[in-house]
Amino acid sequence: MTKKQKKNALRCGIAAGLLVIVYLLAHFLPLPWWAKLLLFLLPYGVIGYDVLISAFRNIIHGQVFDEKFLMAVASIGAFVIGENAEAAVVMLFYQVGELFQSIAVGKSRNSIKELMAIRPDTATVVRDGQEITVDPDEVEVGETIVIRPGEKIPLDGVVIGGEASVSTAALTGESAPADKCEGDTVISGCIDLSGVLYVRTTSSFEEGTVSKILELVENASEKKAKSENFISKFARYYTPAVVFSALLLAVIPPLFLGIGVLSVWTEWIKRALTFLVVSCPCALVISVPLSFFGGIGGASKKGILLKGASDLEMLSKIKTFVFDKTGTLTEGNFHVTAIHPHEMSKDELLDIAALAESYSSHPIAESIVLAHKGHLDKGRVGKVTEHAGFGVEAEIDGESVFVGNARFMKEVGAECNVCEECEGCAERGGTVVYLAHKNKCLGHIMVSDVVKKDAQNMIKELKKLGVKKTVMLTGDVEKTALAISEEVGVDEYRAGLLPQQKAEEMEKLTSGEKVAFVGDGINDAPVLACADVGIAMGAMGSDAAIEAADVVLMDDQLKKIPLAMKISTRTMRIVKENIIFSLGVKLGVLALAAVGIAGMWLAVFADVGVCVIAVLNAMRALRVPEKSSRS
Amino acid sequence: MKKVFKLEDLECAHCAQKMEDGIRKLDGVQNVKVNFIMQKMTLEADDERFDEVLKEAVQICKKIEPDCRIIIK
Repeated sequence: MTKKQKKNALRCGIAAGLLVIVYLLAHFLPLPWWAKLLLFLLPYGVIGYDVLISAFRNIIHGQVFDEKFLMAVASIGAFVIGENAEAAVVMLFYQVGELFQSIAVGKSRNSIKELMAIRPDTATVVRDGQEITVDPDEVEVGETIVIRPGEKIPLDGVVIGGEASVSTAALTGESAPADKCEGDTVISGCIDLSGVLYVRTTSSFEEGTVSKILELVENASEKKAKSENFISKFARYYTPAVVFSALLLAVIPPLFLGIGVLSVWTEWIKRALTFLVVSCPCALVISVPLSFFGGIGGASKKGILLKGASDLEMLSKIKTFVFDKTGTLTEGNFHVTAIHPHEMSKDELLDIAALAESYSSHPIAESIVLAHKGHLDKGRVGKVTEHAGFGVEAEIDGESVFVGNARFMKEVGAECNVCEECEGCAERGGTVVYLAHKNKCLGHIMVSDVVKKDAQNMIKELKKLGVKKTVMLTGDVEKTALAISEEVGVDEYRAGLLPQQKAEEMEKLTSGEKVAFVGDGINDAPVLACADVGIAMGAMGSDAAIEAADVVLMDDQLKKIPLAMKISTRTMRIVKENIIFSLGVKLGVLALAAVGIAGMWLAVFADVGVCVIAVLNAMRALRVPEKSSRS
Repeated sequence: MKKVFKLEDLECAHCAQKMEDGIRKLDGVQNVKVNFIMQKMTLEADDERFDEVLKEAVQICKKIEPDCRIIIK
């Protein structure tokens, strides 16, 4: 509790005690009306003086529909019609409610701040050979910082010394650590788990990853969702409307029911005052944005950055998901998937291929070298000649070896046939690399871009969450597209698209129901922009992707997509619950008050009680559903 | 110039909206955001009028929520 809250809690206690004493005195002693009034004014003054003061100030400033002003009018009105106890109790309840509300809001503010605790407090920088601790803001680009085990990496940079394993959990929600050594880039917000790192900074704190993420999340609430706009519009009309009907309620019925009877007038004025108590829309005004904020904050904890409340709302309505193929549904880089030697062991064949390709920078060559896990004795390699579009000719242990495609084999006169398995694989977008010694075929190696492990699961999860259609866009040929789409389980595919055609295709798809596009954010920015929701994957540290997308996934795990969807639908449900609950209770109380059933006490509950409950409900949005749904 | 200020004891959500609306109308203000949840105000105003704008903004906040204070470093 803050100082102010403690003070108010004390005041509520004192006023409540006083009120009990005063109530008993007034009940048992035969006092004249003015003495009773004075007695009740005592606790009323203790609990309500500040409300009265600000109400008075608000009239001077011309703010008539302020809730404090309305509370003041309602309670003073109650005194005027002789309902002394009601007046004091209403003010007490109001203040207790405000106190609870303030505590609840403070609590949720704290949990949101906890969520965003990736901001480093200090940085240790090396200046003139001395290590000094400074505010991360003060470190300049190109300086050297030191990070010890357990510390947060304060700024983005490149490792220039030391080795450590680093946890990205705070950014991506994934706990698997990554090993960093000299030459690797590190990102602010990660935690050093072991070892000391020396890092040369590559950006200022303000421009760094942590600042960008925080800014994104903090400002997300400013891109207002439709339901938020509805609420603020509603709030604008609700209060004046209720106050106006209170006025009518105080005047019209008595005119017909008994214009000269005092008790008729007091009864209807009392009902009108009850109206005033319920007239503040605060439950909605606080809880709806808070729910959105909770959802956005919870998602960021999992490495899902939603750029705005409007994006969260839209995501919950998506019926069609469109995916880019390379780098999104597939790994986006080549792997050796099969090794088929003719007369030697697999290792021997791979050994020869890796040696021959060891000087090439072609992606396929690199994947072969990468697949060769052991030590490469490059001393065995003699002269290497690259034949562009064909392959390489290399001297290994003094023998000439050809490594390349089918055309290359024909060229050198080697008779190479591919096996059935690899033929099928090649149709799915793989590449066959043949090896030949003189004109004798040694075997072949299959290199292909593999579908991500969780792709199939992701599609299934999305279907469970109510997504109707999934589409894959690719620049690859028909055959490859068909094979991959079958493997992943998407409903449709569009093959042979040039980058600009992807955007056109996307526009066609967005004509009907809401469509999301998932891409790697590097060369599909126009497509991301076309979609109702653009999702960029694997964006850690990539500014372009963060710029173009509405939703940014910090790592490239596909399971984050259904998770994002789940978070958004859950948040929207909480928002709806809050809207329906608070409106329902308020309207119900208004109706009951109009017919004289609900008194002022109940009205106060409707006002602040609902607000506290709605805020507590909104806090649920902070929690992210952990387990994937099983049904 | 763009600066971020902390707001202490900002307790009422639609007051934050009112403050924002009020400050936005001030002469020289380019943009202003009052973030209720983060209790922060981001003020963007012309350099030469910044201090005056800030003073007026403090006044507006006082008027709307008397307990709320803008922390000026």
